[in-house]
Amino acid sequence: MDSIVDATIENIAVAQQTNLEVFSSVLQLLAETDRDIIVVTSDSRGSGKLVPFGQKFPDQIIEVGIAEQNLVGVAAGIASTGKKVFAVSPACFLTARALEQIKNDVAYSNNPVTLVGISAGVSYGALGSTHHSLHDFAVLRTINNLIIVAPADNFEAEQAVILAAETDLPVYIRFGKKSMPLLSSDKSFEIGKGRIIREGRDLTIIATGETVEHACRAAQRLEREFNLTATVVSMHTIKPLDYNLLSEIAASDKPIITVEEHSVYGGLGEACASFLIQNNFRNRFKIIGIPDEYTVTGSQQEIFNHYGISEDGITQTALALLGE
Amino acid sequence: MSEKELAQKSVEYRKKILKYIYQAKAGHTGGSLSCIDILNVLYNHTMQIDASDFKSPDRDRYIQSKGHTVEALYVVLASKGFFPESDLDTLCQYQSHYIGHPTRKVHGVEQNTGALGHGLSLSVGTAIAGKLDKKSYRVFTVLGDGELPEGSNWEAALSASHYKLDNLCAILDKNTLQISGPTADVLNTDPVDKKFEAFGWEVRHVDGHDIKQLKEAFDSLPFSKGKPSLIIAHTIKGKGISFMENQLKWHHGVPDPKQYADAVQELDLHGETLASA
Repeated sequence: MDSIVDATIENIAVAQQTNLEVFSSVLQLLAETDRDIIVVTSDSRGSGKLVPFGQKFPDQIIEVGIAEQNLVGVAAGIASTGKKVFAVSPACFLTARALEQIKNDVAYSNNPVTLVGISAGVSYGALGSTHHSLHDFAVLRTINNLIIVAPADNFEAEQAVILAAETDLPVYIRFGKKSMPLLSSDKSFEIGKGRIIREGRDLTIIATGETVEHACRAAQRLEREFNLTATVVSMHTIKPLDYNLLSEIAASDKPIITVEEHSVYGGLGEACASFLIQNNFRNRFKIIGIPDEYTVTGSQQEIFNHYGISEDGITQTALALLGE
Repeated sequence: MSEKELAQKSVEYRKKILKYIYQAKAGHTGGSLSCIDILNVLYNHTMQIDASDFKSPDRDRYIQSKGHTVEALYVVLASKGFFPESDLDTLCQYQSHYIGHPTRKVHGVEQNTGALGHGLSLSVGTAIAGKLDKKSYRVFTVLGDGELPEGSNWEAALSASHYKLDNLCAILDKNTLQISGPTADVLNTDPVDKKFEAFGWEVRHVDGHDIKQLKEAFDSLPFSKGKPSLIIAHTIKGKGISFMENQLKWHHGVPDPKQYADAVQELDLHGETLASA
């Protein structure tokens, strides 16, 4: 694995790429030496940045057309023969239309498919609620035997893809759409272990996916303007959740904010809250996410701003929670 | 195995299906009896599969899409040595692996099924992998006619012909009854042959209880090079037990002691007739 990681880092200009471009590049690197890497896609070759992969490895990409149920069933069938299958489709459709196939054909049957949900959350912005994926953590968390990962930057994206290809377990990886900055020079990544991006004294912001960047910006502002320091955690693995890290964070009795590009119901925030309450932690606690409504129209950033999933919104929530 | 021996095997299987459903007080009697001749011919004549080497990458695959008739699959797997038949005494009991739908916890079961409309996509994926690996194995799946309205079947049917999966054979157990009534009344999928043909499949009709016709159909696979094959097996729900045949209540009816005794007696008589023929 070390050689793959080194080769990946050497060959990919990670900064300022979308994590889908990273995904595609990593898959190509893996496929160079592994003919068992198979991509199955539902008319998502372009949006999944898989055109170069398809050109390079035409025998390792299967197109099923816009048919998500079949996408997941076919992926499971291929995986049952020992291949490493990545099933790629917009997150909103993959996890809603094919939920039963994810549950039965992948997770229950233990066919080690990596389900790749692209353009997740409100990445599709103004395309509207049909195309938003604000339910995927919630529904997939209830499915046994499925790892759920939402990378926060391109390093995490790269590592998640490599580890998904190595594991014998089913995985869901949730990708956004926009270019990603590198958030940390820390090169440790482990499925199921939250990654501390920044350390602080006054509160902890636990974020996931593309919202980690916004949490980092809020932490910088809190320090710059209010002399408050925040720990920022990229909780890239939603399931299994890092209960050890959560316990350590909560033991300080400092306030905790969770941030996610997902409904406030059933996502990272409620998963953390459930653990904390059941383990007698009583930290001040606030979930930032999309409320129980169909979202306002706008770009991803505008929608983030509207619901406080932004530098400003997270900063204000932190100040309120700290009683400032 | 000769046709006569296979026919005798079917009688034996029918008795076992009834026995274990009777013992468990649960199961899908009618559909198990309609598909058992198909499974009999697949496992005892057609498929290359060995219980002692089940994980062989070259084995033929069987995926039961109509998972609720798992009793048919279990009795066949037991007879092929995948597990001791006595295990079926635990069918549907607390903490048994032998639950009411196929599960990979049971040796010999390829995929967990039961939710309808899943088997064909799983089979397509397995057949695609066979083509990619240039393997000669074939993939068989038994579909129920009641599950055909699931849209996933039609997505899978499209992809099977797109990928020219002549290593795939679906068998439609067309017993014409589903839980709410005649399939034609619930949602008519006929002419199902024309529909599959339009989707790029090669289709044949057989009497799904005629061992000779089933053998010949399986021996003729693929029906057309470069095309997936569909065998429409015309069957009778509850086949073999006169008072169960074509009776809706036997979809998941469980015999009482008198019915069980009558059914066994009828099957024994049939067995004796076959033996003396």
